[in-house]
Amino acid sequence: MHETDMTKALMITLREWWESQPTRPPVERVFLTVGQFTCVEPASLQFAFEVQTRGTFLANAQLVIQETPLIAFCQVCQLEYRPKFGLRYACPTCQAPMDDIRSGRELKIDRVEYATAATPP
Amino acid sequence: MHQIIDETLGINLLHANQAGADHNRAHFDEWGITCLNVMSSPGAGKTVLLEKTLAALTDALKIAVIEGDMTTELDADRLRQYGVPVIAINTGRACHLDARMVAGGLHTLSQTHTPTDLDLVIVENVGNLVCPAEFEVGEHAKVALLSITEGEDKPLKYPVMFREADVLVITKVDLAPYLDVDLSRIEANVREINPQVTIIAVSAQTGAGLEAWFDWVRAAVKPSQLAAAH
Repeated sequence: MHETDMTKALMITLREWWESQPTRPPVERVFLTVGQFTCVEPASLQFAFEVQTRGTFLANAQLVIQETPLIAFCQVCQLEYRPKFGLRYACPTCQAPMDDIRSGRELKIDRVEYATAATPP
Repeated sequence: MHQIIDETLGINLLHANQAGADHNRAHFDEWGITCLNVMSSPGAGKTVLLEKTLAALTDALKIAVIEGDMTTELDADRLRQYGVPVIAINTGRACHLDARMVAGGLHTLSQTHTPTDLDLVIVENVGNLVCPAEFEVGEHAKVALLSITEGEDKPLKYPVMFREADVLVITKVDLAPYLDVDLSRIEANVREINPQVTIIAVSAQTGAGLEAWFDWVRAAVKPSQLAAAH
């Protein structure tokens, strides 16, 4: 279950950012993009995040994961296609191998949402 | 009264590991060392391939091994018989090596050996077809092994590992006559995911194909090191 390590990595990165903030605001939501062509299972990551953030600065933060599909680009046909994960990766039209991956390799912390005491105008 | 602030980060989830891997690679480059990361499922034959490699290449190359194993030093002990430094890293429950663990291994290695004397560091990762594919350790090339007993469909089921590999070593080919497996089908399945990969079929039992693998390793080691070794 390497999602525990992924969560650890995520927490280290977020802590760096958080500690650089002058106000150290309470983080409310963390948005991730996780591609289908990675070794990360979003449900496992959700679970690991919930358990591992207990008692930390991310204790009340919600993890929002957006999955991106595997999309390849065939150089021969000059067309994008969606490989059938686990079955077929070559271009369905000309059978050229999957070379150029346009989407699906993402493992990214997109943004964080936090609350701050608003200063009246 | 509070307002929600939305801050864009756009940072890779593995940012910390990637930075560690780049740091390790910078050290390898500075020391003139080539690093290979050897990965496969458990039992594909990583350790026996390393045994053959050490037996054949230790005259020409100065090699060290960083051995990832979840709990034991069994593999490390096998490799120590070849007279090369072997640093065992017990990963505990972690199912892969990461950049920080390999940095620790390099630190241990540098206490007994001068890194600039070495040509090649082989990292034998934990047997696992999933996780090691995402965690770089500072290698210059990724070596994936697939034994023919695992079946033709494994590249399709574990595509990330086979996509990332620079070279695929198909092992145990001497067993082909006893199995309902098509070697060319394995190759075709891998090429569907990774058209650039170099494929070498070997048998550690009969020695078939090993010379091609040794040639690949010699070519992977930085030319200046190989020249200096002769």
